[in-house]
Amino acid sequence: MTHAMTLTVNGLTYTGVVDARLLLSDFLRHELGLTGTHVGCEHGVCGACTILLDGRSARSCLTLAIQADGATIETVEGLGRMSDLGRVQQAFRDHHGLQCGFCTPGFLMTITDMLRHHSLDSDAEIREALSGNICRCTGYQHIVDAVRELARERGPLK
Amino acid sequence: MTAFDASVEMRPKLVGQRVKRTEDPRLLAGSGRYVDDMAPKGLLHVAVLRSDQPHARIRSIHVGEAFTVPGVVAIFDAHDLAGDIRPAIPASRMKGYYATPFRPLAEGKVRYVGEPVVAVVAESRYAAEDALERISIDYAPLPFAGAKEEAAAGDAPLLHEEAGTNVIIARTFARGDVDAAIAHAAVVVKGRFRMTRKTPMPMECRSYLAEWDRRREALTLHSSTNIPGIICDVLGACLDLPGHRVRVVAPDVGGSFGGKGSLNHEEMLVCVLARKLERPVKFIADRMEDLTAMSQAFDETVEAELAVDGAGHLLGLKADVIGDIGAYSIYPWTGALEPVQVVSFLPGPYRMEHYRGRVRGVLTPKPPTGPYRGVGRPTSTFAMERLMDMAARNLGLDPAEIRRRNLVTAEEFPYRTGSGIIWDRSAFQDCLQGVCALVDYPALLRQRDAAHAEGRWVGIGLASYAELTGIGSRIAVAPGMPINTGTETATLRIDATGAVTAAFGISSHGQGLETTLAQVVADELGCRMDDIEIQHGDSALVPMGTGTYASRSAVLGGGAATKAARVVKAKVLKAAAFLMDVAVEDLEAEGGIIRARSSNATITFRDVAHAVYAQMGCIPHAQREDLVASESYDPYLGTACASTHLAMVEIDPATYAVSVTRFAVAEDCGRIINPLIVDGQVHGAVAQGIGAALLEEVVHDDTGQLLTASLADYLVPIATTMPEIEILHVEAELPDTIGGFRGMGEGGTIGAPAAIANAVADALAPLGIEVDTLPVTPERLFRLVAAARNATSD
Repeated sequence: MTHAMTLTVNGLTYTGVVDARLLLSDFLRHELGLTGTHVGCEHGVCGACTILLDGRSARSCLTLAIQADGATIETVEGLGRMSDLGRVQQAFRDHHGLQCGFCTPGFLMTITDMLRHHSLDSDAEIREALSGNICRCTGYQHIVDAVRELARERGPLK
Repeated sequence: MTAFDASVEMRPKLVGQRVKRTEDPRLLAGSGRYVDDMAPKGLLHVAVLRSDQPHARIRSIHVGEAFTVPGVVAIFDAHDLAGDIRPAIPASRMKGYYATPFRPLAEGKVRYVGEPVVAVVAESRYAAEDALERISIDYAPLPFAGAKEEAAAGDAPLLHEEAGTNVIIARTFARGDVDAAIAHAAVVVKGRFRMTRKTPMPMECRSYLAEWDRRREALTLHSSTNIPGIICDVLGACLDLPGHRVRVVAPDVGGSFGGKGSLNHEEMLVCVLARKLERPVKFIADRMEDLTAMSQAFDETVEAELAVDGAGHLLGLKADVIGDIGAYSIYPWTGALEPVQVVSFLPGPYRMEHYRGRVRGVLTPKPPTGPYRGVGRPTSTFAMERLMDMAARNLGLDPAEIRRRNLVTAEEFPYRTGSGIIWDRSAFQDCLQGVCALVDYPALLRQRDAAHAEGRWVGIGLASYAELTGIGSRIAVAPGMPINTGTETATLRIDATGAVTAAFGISSHGQGLETTLAQVVADELGCRMDDIEIQHGDSALVPMGTGTYASRSAVLGGGAATKAARVVKAKVLKAAAFLMDVAVEDLEAEGGIIRARSSNATITFRDVAHAVYAQMGCIPHAQREDLVASESYDPYLGTACASTHLAMVEIDPATYAVSVTRFAVAEDCGRIINPLIVDGQVHGAVAQGIGAALLEEVVHDDTGQLLTASLADYLVPIATTMPEIEILHVEAELPDTIGGFRGMGEGGTIGAPAAIANAVADALAPLGIEVDTLPVTPERLFRLVAAARNATSD
């Protein structure tokens, strides 16, 4: 069964027809070619596929594409470009917050959400905010360093 | 000139700097290219029907209505591929070894739950999976022995009848008279130690895309592998293709930790299907498939006895190791890789005369074990470091003191261990002292004692170890394996625009080698880092390269890069000397500019390159050389890399959860190319070690079924699991390698499990509890504590 849908991704509007069962992650990656969003587990644990759905972080592997009909989506491609990295991306580079890079887009999207909506006043709170995303390379320490810096920029930590 | 050349040290520039990674912009912007990001025209997708039986004969396969699913193109079982591909044979010169043939799809019978049996090829993965549901396989279940001890028994059902046994690996390492040492020792401690089965779990699942070029009758495999050269060679042999018609490319690879460092069934499968169908064929494992069927790790039991004299000096060690290697001996490393390394490294970084280590590798109906970060040494270190603490407790010695008395000292290098490993100079003693100073060990002990006085379960654990890294041609990475793991090649080229390309046989998959090798080349050549492109992860780049594994790429790749850069630099300076009309000895190069010391006249690399290539007759032909060089490097023995880890833990008496409250590492990795990257490697490896100590366990039940097939069941460390890791870099006298680098990417997984096990045992010392099995999950701890309390109350 197919459905017509319209959605906005990184500021561009797409209109088309999708299978009812098509995952949002597969739609973004294989229909729109936005392969920056990665698929790590397809059961909602690892967080690699995290995107922003109407401004809040969401697992694109647990969302059907059709559920995003009428929605506004942000993916890693919308955060910045190689020659002009966004602030969260730049903090990851400065602090060596990535190694293989596979989990990274999911972290960047989660952190974008967390910075907008959570105080992140302490390392414990930062680690809690990151606890829905798995990174197998970094041991999280450099990611925490990056987020601490980003949180501090918004105002002093308590 | 000695093998170690101080010229790099004389003018340190980029090596040693916290250079930000050149890989990062593409990976951060979502512009990385992993295998599943590629979609060539005409692409077909494969889904695999896997065995749900641990050991069974395949009676028949019923395709049913699978072909009626829209989009299904073809369905294959082993019979359909007969004659199209030969099995891979994981050969070894080990005596008594049997090399289990390895095929894309199970032939005749299945040997583990998850083994590929049928492949469906369709226009989409969705369609291929729909078709899987319509296929049924009629199995005749066969008896099996799931536990390695049972599988090793003489009357156990055989997984590979041709082998005549399930024990396909048996070796003994011995020196001196360990029985006499034990008989006369003041103290003998013993235990039966076990690290359970683990999976590497890189974030990117295994991903393969094969393309058949009809025009050239040539195959290209895009693979999430870290050994493209090895995979290329074996595929060429299995598919009967010469080297120039098969190429294996590893694009961006989302981690491996060893899990992508062997040949996989599905890797063979996509290649044979692409050739048969003459269309691109892709297989992307999902997480359940990776947890079920990726090569796994550990799964040895170590029975060991350590003899110590009254002053705490080690006399001898006796060990019997049995390793569960799963259903196949993995290609190319063989099933000996894990268990034999356990026995090889069991004597640890210590002075000890007498040793006897016996090891058996046993086939069981589980996925094969293969390389995993640390290989063998996490288990050997766990067993040995537990014994060290048990001996210390017996003698009333502090754990740091017994290690100080036994670690090989600087004057004793090179030191040959009882198993035959040669430790060359590395900071064995300094790392122990360093980590104790870093955390203020005496103060930490007082904190622990105060906590104990309050009845809290707080403990401190140490683990010292050494590993061989950057191994050259003297030792095969896996015992008896007929593949040259001791050499790497760098091909360096300056083109007419002055751009520098350095191509390698190594294959970075998160280690940041595009950055670190560029640092090495820039320093050696005297050019700008921005002018260098590092190429890797492609079997076509250099004549011979095996990939990135075994902590070798900085040592071997860095050495080859240095040698090649020196040759090219000599050519550049020779051409510059001609163009500037000065003596070549008068020239120096830095930042892409060549300068005459006597006159301050300069010329850029770019101008030299232009003159060499583009200005006809500018340099007479007899004096003109292309600015290229291909050099290989073999560090022969390789290097020792030493470290001591310290963990402090607290156990929650209500939940039995262990939290790691402090974790410190002192390590000697020689000259550090990039401290940012080295720290990141330590953090990540320690995290995996903490996972092995507390969380990660692959569980097969008595019927051979996997119980940990999701990330909700197979737990890995998350941000809240991890403490801040404190690191002290100790730089002892540099090793005899070009550049003075030691390999360091694996070490964290080696020390952390043992340090945490010792800390947990220390925390529960008032109850007299020893830790002999990892991970120490809350359930295991609860049982240990309950048993100890029952014993006390009896």
